[in-house]
Amino acid sequence: MANILDIRRRIRSVINTRQITKAMKVVSAAKLRRAQERTLAARPYAQMLTSVLKSLVARTEIYDPETGEPKHPLLAQRPEKTVLLIVVTGDKGLAGAFSANITKAAARFLELKAGKNIDIEAIGRKGRDFLRRRYPAAPVQTRSLGEAEESGEGEPERKERAGTIQITGEHIGILGKLEFSQARALADSVIKRYEREEIDSVYVVFNEFKSVIAQRLVVEQILPIAEIGEQTLRLVEELPEEERKRAKEAAISAGVGLREPRGDAAEAFGTAQVDYIYEQPPAELFRALLPKYVAIQIFRALLESIAAEHAARMTAMDSATNNATDMIDSLTLAMNRARQAKITKEIIEIVSGAAAM
Amino acid sequence: MPDTFQLEIVTPEKKVVDTAAEDVQIPGKNGYLGILPGHAPLITELAVGEVRFHAGGEQHLLAVAWGFAEVLPDKVTVLAESAESPDEIDVERARKAKQRAEQRLTSGDTNVDVERALNAIHKAETRLDVAEKKS
Repeated sequence: MANILDIRRRIRSVINTRQITKAMKVVSAAKLRRAQERTLAARPYAQMLTSVLKSLVARTEIYDPETGEPKHPLLAQRPEKTVLLIVVTGDKGLAGAFSANITKAAARFLELKAGKNIDIEAIGRKGRDFLRRRYPAAPVQTRSLGEAEESGEGEPERKERAGTIQITGEHIGILGKLEFSQARALADSVIKRYEREEIDSVYVVFNEFKSVIAQRLVVEQILPIAEIGEQTLRLVEELPEEERKRAKEAAISAGVGLREPRGDAAEAFGTAQVDYIYEQPPAELFRALLPKYVAIQIFRALLESIAAEHAARMTAMDSATNNATDMIDSLTLAMNRARQAKITKEIIEIVSGAAAM
Repeated sequence: MPDTFQLEIVTPEKKVVDTAAEDVQIPGKNGYLGILPGHAPLITELAVGEVRFHAGGEQHLLAVAWGFAEVLPDKVTVLAESAESPDEIDVERARKAKQRAEQRLTSGDTNVDVERALNAIHKAETRLDVAEKKS
């Protein structure tokens, strides 16, 4: 039978743990709310950009009338020989299976593309660690987005490969305070490589996050741009039912809204039914806009992933708190039993001692 | 004709301005554009520069970098990659960015992306200008 003192010590330790997990849950809930606000704040820009691009598509000849070839390199479809995959995970752990799920989805995607050359850009420490154990680093690395200041060097050329699958860049520690300029830097690098035909397509694997109950793992095609304003998804995995239920419970107890927070009504930008004066030729505008579109796509993926990470951590911490409570209950029961047993034993000793006299 | 229009300045990170304005001056790629209410519909790419507008009789100033603007008779929308008011500008950082870019240009290294360095200088200078005009 366990010692009462030992059990009491255990209980105290579990209570302390519960306090920590509870605090972490509250912190994650607050961060989640902030992350959701940021995704929302990014939306008007994305919407306006999309609608102006759409209206330009209607007004310019983006496809060559004779050959049917797109005039912009970012629209060009080529046979897929080299694929770039951007894997977005978290920097920190204690978020349940959040990062593991993403790396798993990434692995499945890699299987799908087996036989092709694959470059990987890893965002987030967890995914980086996982991928680095499996795949070699490319001889030429993309400059890490974590380094705050821009360097003056252009995008390096990549001629040699370390293997069919290689890691071309690692970006650690940017998710804590993500800025648009970082997403743009990554987009610039990706676009340069695409234009140079070093890569033939670009995908991002990340945890999409509309709200606590509407999230899923997706692999989204970023380049070539198939249709503006439409998501091109290659692999979609809904979160398991059980996990979603837990996330919902955690959100309710933490006071986080379940529905997708509503922003302003979709604004029509550049779509009014009027004849615009174009300061620049529409084709030129279009060329300048497309790279920004790519950047905002990547930015959105990163923002959603950040929100999803906080949500996952909140859920994990909520379960941990519940488990701690259960454990305290059962330990308290065991302790009471032990105490009762001890008292009973003492009484028996006294009684039998008296009887012996 | 109404004497104001709705002015919105949006960046990927937030909506910076959403107000009724009496006029606005934006840095178009081909030169500055002054816009009053009732302007003909227009779309332009933006360069690095200052956005200056009057709202409620007060003048406001923002440093913007790259983007687009749509002008409608009753509404002007500016999409900028960054838009900072004079108070937000980190003068020290802008000064350093300028220095770094200048160093890159004069370093003689052939790997330097000249266009990008020039852009960086231009951006830093605009930010410094705007910050100075605050008073």
